[in-house]
Amino acid sequence: MKRRGWFLPITAVLGFVFLYAPIVSLVVFSFNDSRLVTVWGGFSTRWYGELLNDGQMLAAAWVSLKVATMSATMATIIGTLSAFVLTRFTRFRGKLLLTGMVTAPLVMPEVIIGLSLLLLFVAMELTLGWPAGRGLTTVVIAHSTFCAAYVTVIAQSRLREMDESLEEAARDLGAGPVRVFFDITLPVIAPALVSGWLLAFTLSLDDLVVASFVSGPGASTLPMVIFSKVRLGVSPDVNALATIIIGIVAVAVTIAGLLLRRQMKRS
Amino acid sequence: MTSPTIAANTRPWLDPAAKPFISIRHITKRFDDVTAVNDVSLDIFRGELFCLLGGSGCGKSTLLRMLAGFEVPTAGQILIDGQDMAGVPADKRPTNMMFQSYALFPHMTVEKNVAYGLLREGKSKAEAYQRVAEMLRLVKLEQYAKRKPHQLSGGQRQRVALARALIKQPKLLLLDEPLGALDKKLREETQFELIRIQETLGVTFIVVTHDQDEAMTLATRIGVMDEGVIRQVGEPREIYEAPNSRYVADFIGSVNLFEGKAGPAAPDLMRVETGDLGPVVVPPVEALVQGQNVWLAVRPERISLERHRPEGRANVVEGVVEDLAYGGHLTAYRVRLDNGRVISVTQSNRLRDEDPISWDERVFAIWQPGAARVLTK
Repeated sequence: MKRRGWFLPITAVLGFVFLYAPIVSLVVFSFNDSRLVTVWGGFSTRWYGELLNDGQMLAAAWVSLKVATMSATMATIIGTLSAFVLTRFTRFRGKLLLTGMVTAPLVMPEVIIGLSLLLLFVAMELTLGWPAGRGLTTVVIAHSTFCAAYVTVIAQSRLREMDESLEEAARDLGAGPVRVFFDITLPVIAPALVSGWLLAFTLSLDDLVVASFVSGPGASTLPMVIFSKVRLGVSPDVNALATIIIGIVAVAVTIAGLLLRRQMKRS
Repeated sequence: MTSPTIAANTRPWLDPAAKPFISIRHITKRFDDVTAVNDVSLDIFRGELFCLLGGSGCGKSTLLRMLAGFEVPTAGQILIDGQDMAGVPADKRPTNMMFQSYALFPHMTVEKNVAYGLLREGKSKAEAYQRVAEMLRLVKLEQYAKRKPHQLSGGQRQRVALARALIKQPKLLLLDEPLGALDKKLREETQFELIRIQETLGVTFIVVTHDQDEAMTLATRIGVMDEGVIRQVGEPREIYEAPNSRYVADFIGSVNLFEGKAGPAAPDLMRVETGDLGPVVVPPVEALVQGQNVWLAVRPERISLERHRPEGRANVVEGVVEDLAYGGHLTAYRVRLDNGRVISVTQSNRLRDEDPISWDERVFAIWQPGAARVLTK
């Protein structure tokens, strides 16, 4: 048998510790009985119970879920359409510009995205009268914008892999272009779109920076509430909430990964 | 070439008054600066099984895609049954295509794949699925109706693709390398299956292939394509026995080509002075000027090998067997002539216990005057 060296296992362990130690400590301390975050006072689930009575926190969680669901859905629609245009239309005026614009949010600092969207919303309110003030709508629009970039990238790579003769075959058998899109293209790339939606959902759920810029009264998202609470001193129920969020995110990411892998195996 | 076994009315291309079913007129297709198809004109008749044969990148697939409506010709006209196809999108054409990758819809069952075209046509579900059942019977897949494409073997997928392309009873069926993805044994069986189905339904087929054996077996006529142009159109036998150029002679089967100059015109046999073989006699060729540059094409199987110099025969050359390959029904020899030129010869192995010519033997290669084809380009 081939003897394995020590180097690889050690670096792997160090890497995992570096990545996951903070998360593990957070999860562990969410079950801490003590009010002091850094002192272990025995196992307890009391902070989960207290979380249930924290109306502000629950309201923020509800806002976040609504925002994430709506913006993930919108991002998936926009991302799918832009990916389709970018991969299936061979050449058109401004294609390069569109490619750049679509993927810009991937590399642009969040602060700049947030600031520029805020300025846009203010200018729109002054000239068009819509959106009236900042709130849920503006957060959803902002999140859809940058999440659409991620969905576009995922959908684009799937569309490129897809055998284009499938679409041609449907055309050949008498289906018009729109029919082909809904009958053939959409079902074939559906798993990629589901994982794109899940990714957009998680991105929206944990965004703090952009939301802080474009949100308004009554539309504080969960990350915003947690951040403001932590500034006043860490309360252990934040740990409990964070643990729940980590759980949700982990499940979503795992499902997305599995779907993508299954898709790759099939084709 | 005349062949008494086939009645004249099954070969409409011999009749100058016959009306073609598909007319391709001066079709050109350019992609940026690459000319994929260059001024091709072709007439195809009803009920034909026409093969477009050529290497990769010769423009055969582009021509097929223009017929299907997936590519728009840069110039020229396509008529199908008298109707101009310009501006008619792929979904409105009376053609169907069988794709090289089969392009079966992965999320639909076999039955739904085949029914797709009928349902788009507005047929009722009951009627569509009844026709699907008949079609699946024709391609012998009735018990696989509920399977998904990924649960089928390569040969079964090929038949689903064929059934799906035939279900709308197109005027013209286009097949892009229909047997390309099958293994050799299955391919041979499927060739005859394809001919059977084509004859049963009477649909006109245009097949694109790079495989010359496939083209020979399937086709009523073959069009040999190279660099965007059609080099020769003819029946398989004509293409093989009477190629019109060195390119076609060399592309179809293997051939020995010898360069030479035409001798004086003669009533029965004329001479060609070749550099490699010296004087060779061939049947007289009209419109050949004395001293004109010509090439002689001799198929390897038309040459025979003897151990002793035959008496009183023309076209005898002497050499040494440099290499041989035993292939069961025949043996392929490479004979090096005394001037260094190597020729290929194949001998069929008729007798079980003959004493075969072997390596390094001195041999005489002989062929009939009529075995050589004189080419001028």
